[in-house]
Amino acid sequence: MIRFSDNPTTDTAAKLVAVAVLMFAFVFVVMVPLYNVLCDALGINGKTSGEAYTSVQAGVDESRLVSVQFVATNNEGMPWEFGPSTTVMKVHPGAVNETVFLARNPLPKAMIAQAIPSISPARAVAYFHKTECFCFNQQPLDGGAAAELPLQYIVDLDLPADIHTITLSYTIFDVTDTISGSVATR
Amino acid sequence: MGDHHHGPAKGLGRWLFTTNHKDIGTMYLWFSFAMFILGGTFAMIIRAELFQPGLQLVEPAFFNQMTTLHGLVMVFGAIMPSFVGLANWLIPMMIGAPDMALPRMNNWSFWILPPTFLLLASTLFMEGGAPAAGWTFYAPLSTTYAGPSVTYFIFCIHVLGLSSIMGSINIIATVMNMRAPGMTYMKMPLFVWTWLITAFLLVAVMPVLAGCVTMMLMDVHFGTSFFSAAGGGDPVLFQHVFWFFGHPEVYIIILPAFGVVSQIIPAFSRKPLFGYDSMVYATASIAFLSFIVWAHHMYTVGMPVAGELFFMYATMLIAVPTGVKVFNWVTTMWRGSLSFETPMLFSIGFLVLFTIGGFTGLMLSIAPSDFQYHDTYFVVAHFHYVMVAGAVFSMSAAIYFWLPKWCGRMYNETMGKTHFWISFVGFNLAFFPQHFVGLAGMPRRIPDYALQFTDFNMMSSIGAFIYGLSQILFLYNVIATIVAGKPVSDPKVWDGAEGLEWTLPTPAPYHTFETPPKIDPAHAHS
Amino acid sequence: MYYNMETREMCFKAKRLFKLALGPVLMLTSALALAYGPKVNQVNMAPGPTDVGERIYDLHMIIFWICTVIGLGVFGVMFYSIIYHRKSKGAVPAHFQESTKVEIAWTVVPFLILIGMAVPATSTLLEVYNNDEAELDILVTGYQWKWKYEYLTENGENVSFFSNLRTPQSEINNTQPKGEHYLLEVDEPLVIPANTKVRFLITANDVIHSWWVPELAVKRDAIPGFINEAWTKVPTEGIYRGQCAELCGKDHGFMPIVVNVVSSEEYGQWLGDKQREAAAIKELMAQTFTLDQLMERGEEVYARACLACHGANGEGGVGKAIAGSPVSTGDVGPHLEIGINGVPGTAMQAFGGQLNDVDMAAVITYQRNAFGNNMGDMVQPIDVYNHKKG
Repeated sequence: MIRFSDNPTTDTAAKLVAVAVLMFAFVFVVMVPLYNVLCDALGINGKTSGEAYTSVQAGVDESRLVSVQFVATNNEGMPWEFGPSTTVMKVHPGAVNETVFLARNPLPKAMIAQAIPSISPARAVAYFHKTECFCFNQQPLDGGAAAELPLQYIVDLDLPADIHTITLSYTIFDVTDTISGSVATR
Repeated sequence: MGDHHHGPAKGLGRWLFTTNHKDIGTMYLWFSFAMFILGGTFAMIIRAELFQPGLQLVEPAFFNQMTTLHGLVMVFGAIMPSFVGLANWLIPMMIGAPDMALPRMNNWSFWILPPTFLLLASTLFMEGGAPAAGWTFYAPLSTTYAGPSVTYFIFCIHVLGLSSIMGSINIIATVMNMRAPGMTYMKMPLFVWTWLITAFLLVAVMPVLAGCVTMMLMDVHFGTSFFSAAGGGDPVLFQHVFWFFGHPEVYIIILPAFGVVSQIIPAFSRKPLFGYDSMVYATASIAFLSFIVWAHHMYTVGMPVAGELFFMYATMLIAVPTGVKVFNWVTTMWRGSLSFETPMLFSIGFLVLFTIGGFTGLMLSIAPSDFQYHDTYFVVAHFHYVMVAGAVFSMSAAIYFWLPKWCGRMYNETMGKTHFWISFVGFNLAFFPQHFVGLAGMPRRIPDYALQFTDFNMMSSIGAFIYGLSQILFLYNVIATIVAGKPVSDPKVWDGAEGLEWTLPTPAPYHTFETPPKIDPAHAHS
Repeated sequence: MYYNMETREMCFKAKRLFKLALGPVLMLTSALALAYGPKVNQVNMAPGPTDVGERIYDLHMIIFWICTVIGLGVFGVMFYSIIYHRKSKGAVPAHFQESTKVEIAWTVVPFLILIGMAVPATSTLLEVYNNDEAELDILVTGYQWKWKYEYLTENGENVSFFSNLRTPQSEINNTQPKGEHYLLEVDEPLVIPANTKVRFLITANDVIHSWWVPELAVKRDAIPGFINEAWTKVPTEGIYRGQCAELCGKDHGFMPIVVNVVSSEEYGQWLGDKQREAAAIKELMAQTFTLDQLMERGEEVYARACLACHGANGEGGVGKAIAGSPVSTGDVGPHLEIGINGVPGTAMQAFGGQLNDVDMAAVITYQRNAFGNNMGDMVQPIDVYNHKKG
């Protein structure tokens, strides 16, 4: 047993201070990273990986069709026109699919946006792979400009049989004024 | 004993610089009562607005400030400090120690409280008003969407946490190092045990709350995104961190209350506490379980079903040790020789109402039903049965029980019993109907409600006013006792009371147990 | 829209007849067979018409009765002691203070009871989470302080609209008698077909809200940035009422939910109407209105979109004053800009996506001419359209 002091009271107090300091550190060092790990593992909130999927699927399951539904939401104070070009795609697991989201900045000034993806049902998160996504980076648009934002994805061959529809939602945030609004803070 | 020692210093300096556990205990108790009145005033404003549908007295924004401050002041200002005050007065006297282990720190941990609450109350007059996101202050309502007072609020929470941690370190250091020879752990009165476990909980979770508000501060002022999805964070993370603190916090509030009634019920049953050992183990199990059940406050955030099941099962388990405690208290009364002085009345009131609160707690633990109860008045009713009828009733019992020992004067028994009955009726009138409106679909934290809920809300408001007014009787009784109560000099005061504090002269001298008492090894815990 | 008004009217008439014929007490019980929503002085949870709601209700009652029985036992023993073991009756205290057997028993028995509770609780939870293929998907978005519903249709344009509190400010401020559905009524309810599995995708625009309709047993948090799912399948047609359940700021108590469950045919007709309505708005956008027409429409729009923050007389509140403000009495351009795109970083939202161009034109015109602003100028839908296109 470590002793901080020969005086038993001081020793107890010092140990307890150490516990308190450790618990404060625990929040930042353990709880926050652990939460993010659990989110990735369990698909909490339908959060998806912020990095491109690089593996290759074993083939394409032509016998199965899965609906992939796209939804867009503007967060408060985000004036862009933003939405999917197609609302639903029927895809085969294993195949690489592409679509675009349309965005337009109606304001006369340049702005930067960050789209945050969320997948429902959460169980599907582990089986939905984005090989390319506009949500990996912040998206700048000049005043009045419009853009097609590309998305490329694969539905995993191992997608559980009871999942027929995967909904991919993007919420778009205005990050023009934030100092370091980078996804990398995760 | 102690007559060779000088008494307290004179004047204001006595209170400012005191390191005497009794003085500090007294200050904690008076301060917490002042906060109880302040938080109660906020509650009266809430109930007055909810007396009938429509907006009569306050604006919705102010109403939200009232619910927020009511919760914060009652939890951090009234209940927690009152039990710290009790601990200060009683723990040294119960374990045969001359004072607390760290008297100087004891003084600091008290004196940082009043300015902090002054600052918190002053946010009411700031631009944008006081914090209004509820005492649980969920992000992003409390961060991105909060008024400028949020910074002061965060500072207040930091200082309150610091005070609690210092108080807890002191209590643990005292209990671990200052027990009289022969006072083994399993001989300690249960009040000391429950406080020891509570203090460990506080040291473990107050830093988590500090971490939580630190993240808020960084999000608000330093551009981080812990709780904002835009920068890769998550508002749900806030709830996990908050409730990791918040659920143990609930037991921090109730465990010392368990300790209090475990002293009082045996005294007025004239029979030792039944199942002392199992009481200690039950307290420890409740404390342990409190760390793995936090997400039962968040069943509706959309957790994976496995998570819901885990937290549901873990939460249900808490019913086992809690049940053991209730059974032990009832069995302590069984075949005793009961009398019903005010402390006993409040303890029985505690037992009945806390058990009801425990049952609604069990109902709330069932995840699918909780989808219907969550964030309704059913929850409000539940936690007031546990917090008010649990913590506040036991605190009233404690004051009536030990006040004669402290000041050597007896309170007015008739007035005490009247206080109990008015409180009991007022409390139930205020909170029982809230179960009904909650089940019928009334959300909590709303300043105005649908017409269907009118009658029960009126009853609730009337009950709340009755309960509030009964506290004035309490205050009067306490002051009248201190000033001009009938003197008592019997060290025991109550014929059934057991424990070291009752071996001291009445009133308890300023300095006690400067030479450790002899503990009879055959004599079990009090 | 049209359909709902008619139903509401019919419900009202039916209730009046009941009231006359059977007296007020019976009215409370029988009239509610027509319309759902909390009953007067209701004391228990409503099972509601859905399977899930019924299962949750049954579970709630099972747990309630178990607790009641245990409670009666515990309190029975306690009150027996209180009555018979009193000192005043000469009771002599016993000396026992522990019994390992008894203590083990009352640890093990509650544990077994809990297992008994956990079984139905688990199966009900799995039922709530049952995500069989839904036939209709609706995106529900919480806003401070209103709900937006967007029907995700595979073909054609999505139908979307906002659902605001319909109770007038005068009822809330007690200057007018309160209506029957005080605070539980909206300008435009969510309409869903009966006997159809509907999936709600729930999210929020600003802070956390919670979408709750007690009788459908659906409560799910709306979290900004993320989507949550909930399901319902309602066998009975009717109007179901609920409220936001998570504290979301000032007007948390004023964002009700109304769900109108109709037959599939009626639903199809309603959806068609909504799509035609959207087309009609497009047509209206090409029209030119008179000042009076704009003012009339603008007053309505102001009441549901602006009043909560800017006050009934444009005096301000959470938002800035409109009466005599430099924006409302200055150039039209900046005024339109604020209305359409909001003021980033403040509580002033971008209403360009929430109001159609006709309503936007009307409300801007209203703000410029009401509250003593008297600018005398007008904004036409085409101006709004042009402003949006830059």
